[in-house]
Amino acid sequence: MRDIGKSFPGVRALEGVSLTLYAGEVLAVVGENGAGKSTLMKILAGAHPADAGEIFVDGRRVAIETPRAAEDLGIGMIYQEFNLVPALNAIDNIVLGNEPVRGVFIDERAARDRATAVFAELGIVLPLDTEVSHLSVAQQQMVEVAKILSRHARIIVMDEPTAALTERETDRLFEIIKRLKAGGAGILYISHRMEELPRIADRVAVLRDGRLVESRAAADFPPEDVIRAMVGRRLEAHFPALPAVKADARVMLDVHDLRRAPAVNGVSFAVRAGEIVGLAGLVGAGRTEIVRAIAGADVPQEGAIEVGGRAIRIRNPSDAIACGIAFITEDRKAQGLVLGMSVRENITLAHLRDYVDRDLLIDAKREEAAASESIAELRIRTPSPEQLVRNLSGGTQQKVVLAKWLLGEAQVFLFDEPTRGIDVGAKSEIYFLMVKLAERGAAIVMVSSELPEVLGMSHRILVVRGGRIVLELPRERATPDAVIAAAAGAAA
Amino acid sequence: MQEARVKADLAQASSAIRLHQTRAYWLRILAAIAALIVIAVAINWGAHGAFLQPGNILRVLRQITYNCIMGVGETFVIITAGIDLSIGSLISLSGVVMALFANALPLHGFALIAATLIVGLSVGALAGFVNAVPVVKLNLPPFITTLAMMQVALGLSFMVSHGRPVPLQSTDFQNTGFGVLLGGITGAMHLPGIPVPVIWMIVIIVAGSVLLMRTPFGRYVFALGGNEEAARLAGISVRRVKTMVYVISGMCAATVGFLYMALFSSGSPQTGTGDEMLEAIAAVVVGGTSLMGGRGTIVGTFFGALLIGLLYNAMNLLSIESYLQKVVLGAVILLAVVLDELRKRYLRRT
Repeated sequence: MRDIGKSFPGVRALEGVSLTLYAGEVLAVVGENGAGKSTLMKILAGAHPADAGEIFVDGRRVAIETPRAAEDLGIGMIYQEFNLVPALNAIDNIVLGNEPVRGVFIDERAARDRATAVFAELGIVLPLDTEVSHLSVAQQQMVEVAKILSRHARIIVMDEPTAALTERETDRLFEIIKRLKAGGAGILYISHRMEELPRIADRVAVLRDGRLVESRAAADFPPEDVIRAMVGRRLEAHFPALPAVKADARVMLDVHDLRRAPAVNGVSFAVRAGEIVGLAGLVGAGRTEIVRAIAGADVPQEGAIEVGGRAIRIRNPSDAIACGIAFITEDRKAQGLVLGMSVRENITLAHLRDYVDRDLLIDAKREEAAASESIAELRIRTPSPEQLVRNLSGGTQQKVVLAKWLLGEAQVFLFDEPTRGIDVGAKSEIYFLMVKLAERGAAIVMVSSELPEVLGMSHRILVVRGGRIVLELPRERATPDAVIAAAAGAAA
Repeated sequence: MQEARVKADLAQASSAIRLHQTRAYWLRILAAIAALIVIAVAINWGAHGAFLQPGNILRVLRQITYNCIMGVGETFVIITAGIDLSIGSLISLSGVVMALFANALPLHGFALIAATLIVGLSVGALAGFVNAVPVVKLNLPPFITTLAMMQVALGLSFMVSHGRPVPLQSTDFQNTGFGVLLGGITGAMHLPGIPVPVIWMIVIIVAGSVLLMRTPFGRYVFALGGNEEAARLAGISVRRVKTMVYVISGMCAATVGFLYMALFSSGSPQTGTGDEMLEAIAAVVVGGTSLMGGRGTIVGTFFGALLIGLLYNAMNLLSIESYLQKVVLGAVILLAVVLDELRKRYLRRT
């Protein structure tokens, strides 16, 4: 790709970006949200045409105007949200749009042979006849890989492929990427995760504000340098210092023998005022389900919950909110925000009743003042409270979710993957906010799949496996090895 | 201090955008009015001046009243990404039940009218509640539950009326049905008075708009249509809000049943069994409310109903045969939605 440029109304998304991808290598493209990674990817995929610049494949100048053209050139995309039809099985998904036919019917046997051949090549075993919606995220991803390979893709673009994978699944994915490399494919690997780069990338290219700022061999591009190139300034310590929990701090949240089959099987723990407790574990261990049950998002079947020493009963989210529990969900677009509403409307949504006059009409002035105050306090980067949340970046959206929950008098905060998919700068700000909440005496539970985050941001770490707490470690004694071993089971 | 400055900036940006939005809102209304005037003048020319007579304009308003009131209720439902197909049958059922009650109640004058209306609204509210129960409890699609209610209500209506219209014995409803307001004043100016049903329509439009735009309930309706799970996790009782929109829709249909009953001096099971429901939905959609939920206005529904009403009226004045009228109306509905979609795409691009 040479001198690629792309403008959107009011934004230059990409400016003069030139990248070269060789056969048999992994080129990692990193950058903060809004740096231009997705735009670059969409140009390659034929979803958006480039405004300027040229693209060469095998030395031949090409125009990629449609997704079909990209496919014909051997470019295959693996998006974060997969492009699979959930109700079809793996075989049907692989041959979709390309079905081998005998007369007017699909040749089922040829389809199966084609799918089996690709999976054999990749060394993957998975149930071919199961609807893909019943497969795990990692398996679905494998189906995606197989799908694009069956179309003879030689240029493979992967967008955050490990975002939803466990450590072990990530290892398997990396194995497969190595096989693809050996087979002569070039892989463009888009990622947020610094720690992956030395393991998988041959070269690393850093985008910032739509420009290519640096590109080096992965071997002599240490993560610190990568981060510096990404943010354009030297980062201070990644995590803020945690204030010590006061010796006489009272228990704010007490959970006893919480159960909700099949994911939560008897969980007990307590969190004191000013304390941050991290829930670590593999994907599917039941961490999200634990916080969902406390927040009333799913109704617990058994167990007792006390907030501030008072036993409470939670049958739905509004019960939990009334008891001072705030739940910051892992998927902000699907669960945290109404994207078509303004920043103001989203911020006040959970506490709208506080801005009502004479029990009837919303007091627009007071509502707006509250929203503006939150925006200023959290430094939410929006041109105005009336901006639609849809138009904001991921990190800014996450701050809107936080603003919504900070508006009430919540004393217990449940964070589920609070920094997933947001850039380094916004991450720091969210950590800082968590610390501020702890200083004010809130009790915080944080679920996170990023080990450094759990280790860096928790006073205490609880490792969850099979819906139970299998290990409790104070921050000082918590090591990555200990946590991973407990999360994966003693045998591992 | 910096925070204070940010706040001041925000307040300024916000009030500027608010002003812009308010202006855009009224500008769109003005544009709609202007477009209607252009169409009206053209039609008037074609109809040799018969169209822009005050009497004819009031006739159009009176004709769209029923469609528009149903549309107000349907707007709430459609913003939650639902649909209510039962409103036509509910006109029929509530009309028949009200006529039977009115004949049986030992009341007169205002008390009779009020009691009858309350009975009718209760029928509509109950039907709306029944519509909502399977939707909120079992997550069934409202298309199916209200389709079932459409049949059930119609069947009930024919059962209780034995298939025949129920004539009203009292004449107390006449003023509601076809009376006029300000008849004295307008009469002195040689103009017709404002029909009472039109007053009902205006009151319901204003009340519906305030409910939708200014109350927490209205905000929740939008939130639900935009992202139901986010609304639920924000502590909003999704079930209650959803139930309420179907109850409101049922009550709007019952109000129309009441006005029709007063107009015809009888409750007929045949009323509301034609194109009423489809035309109300058309008014909502032509008025810019998204069938995907999360977006819409009551004023838009009024303009949608007005456009449809004007077209019918104009086609009658121009003596276009009624079969062709349907073809034209269908085309206009499609055109309106296509134009709205193109406008949205255009706005997204600039």
